[in-house]
Amino acid sequence: MAVMAPGSLAPVFEPGFFSSSPVHVALIVGGVVAIVSGVVGTFTVMRGQSFAGHSLADIGTAGGSAAFLVGISPLYGFVAMNLIAAGVMEMIGIRRPRGRDLATGIVLGAALGLAALFLYWDTTHSSTTGATINVLFGSIFELPSSLVPVIAVFSVVATGIVLVAYRPLLLSSLSPDLAATRGVPVRLVGIGYLIALALAVSLSAVTIGAILSTALLIGPAATALRLTKRAVPAMLIAAAVGVAATWLGILLAYDSYDWLPRHQPWPVSFFVVTIVFVSYLVTHLYVGRSARHRRHPVAARVA
Amino acid sequence: MFSGFMVNAWEAATIVAVVAGVVGFFTVLRGSAFAAHALPNGAFAGAAGASLIGVNVIVGLGVFALLGALTIGGLGRRARQDVATALAIVMMLGLGALFLSMTTEYAPEIYSLLFGEVLGVSSNELLPTAAIGVLSVAAVFVLYRPLLLSSVMPDAAEARGVKGRQMDLAFLVVIALATTMAVPVVGSLLIFSLLIGPPAAARSFTDRPLHAMGLSVGFALVTVWSAIALSFASNLPIGFFVGAVSASSYAAGRIWAARRRTGRAP
Repeated sequence: MAVMAPGSLAPVFEPGFFSSSPVHVALIVGGVVAIVSGVVGTFTVMRGQSFAGHSLADIGTAGGSAAFLVGISPLYGFVAMNLIAAGVMEMIGIRRPRGRDLATGIVLGAALGLAALFLYWDTTHSSTTGATINVLFGSIFELPSSLVPVIAVFSVVATGIVLVAYRPLLLSSLSPDLAATRGVPVRLVGIGYLIALALAVSLSAVTIGAILSTALLIGPAATALRLTKRAVPAMLIAAAVGVAATWLGILLAYDSYDWLPRHQPWPVSFFVVTIVFVSYLVTHLYVGRSARHRRHPVAARVA
Repeated sequence: MFSGFMVNAWEAATIVAVVAGVVGFFTVLRGSAFAAHALPNGAFAGAAGASLIGVNVIVGLGVFALLGALTIGGLGRRARQDVATALAIVMMLGLGALFLSMTTEYAPEIYSLLFGEVLGVSSNELLPTAAIGVLSVAAVFVLYRPLLLSSVMPDAAEARGVKGRQMDLAFLVVIALATTMAVPVVGSLLIFSLLIGPPAAARSFTDRPLHAMGLSVGFALVTVWSAIALSFASNLPIGFFVGAVSASSYAAGRIWAARRRTGRAP
């Protein structure tokens, strides 16, 4: 937001929140991304792949900055880079709990090196210094509406994979051994899930930035899984929390223009992240306390 | 290549590589890669905040790195550590976005904090770097035995009275220290590569902890030295070479380990 051209700010701040077309696009795209992130993120949290989910947002930066360099939409660069990265993580060994952390870390380190190179070329070869910030932070108010159909297709594919593979995915996330004895192709399901994750993260990182991508993938899902252990209600709660946080964040960012005498909008990402963080913290403290009560044998019997 | 301002670069990079090799050994052993990514990245927000209110950047980095470590440690007590880490990093980055929106610092400054500016290290930056570096290496050696035990055999460690939670938190603080030291000189993305790549490679070559730690320091030194030389010769960013060299050394380690395994089994 800090480096947005003054010209592009003007249409956003026409009087009236609901009559502004960039706000409309932001509300629709933000809502769609929050729903996809909630559905995919529930399994990310269950499978303990938060690091991979976050890393893909950063890794995609290498693809995004390469796409920027050759002049195509960063979205395609993100998707291509993330699919490659997901493949390498799978090869190094993201399946085993002990290898997961390292597989993600090695791929992230290598991709960040590439990002450093491409971003350097972006900043030296193009006259705008905003390239780095655009690719790194994204901006929900700068979405061209021509990207909306592409975003819709990727959203459908990512949620489609999760919903079609729902039963084997759930079983192999909760207990890989049990799933294997029941004939679930655990490794194939894992690869399918990584593809869904790569698509969902590319989508959200390009449209709303890497920070919000991780916030909406992990925060609402972790909050929902504090409230219920059942997968479908958890996905619904996660999607609802994500959409609420996104819309409230956009509204607050819109209003914040008048908060300080400098008349500068506060970033959407700050508001959304804060809402997501606080909602997790509330359930964390609340559920944590009631769980402590339940552990007491008498309290457990009464409950 | 070894004259004038370049001497500072060689010295700063050497200090960072030694610290990263030592701290990174435990980062890989404990599976703390996510924290090693989150703290330097999130602390970057502290630097933005510090420049906003006109305080020394190192203070901002240190405060945010410590706050991040405490948040991860605190939330991680009753939740999965990876979820706690993800929430901590997005909260710090969200604050960073807010600070950046209020400052007039532009892209090049941010780029240098993320990707480092080792060629621009000044002599008076070297002293704090060295001091905090010594502190974090000393912390690792003071904690060496309990840290190793709780990383390798958590149950045996608990039985001997080593609290896993306390070790987690203590090690997060060590990563926070290493972060504060390294980010101003090499940038937040580069310190992450150094904390993961060389130690992961070293582990493929030996199973003995002290040997692996020594090897990890060696790899880290080779990585930064060759990265500086290549960056100087080609005029491309050093971050790219650090990423490339550490990923290649990890790949070499994996290949070597695989060869040895197939060689032993007839």
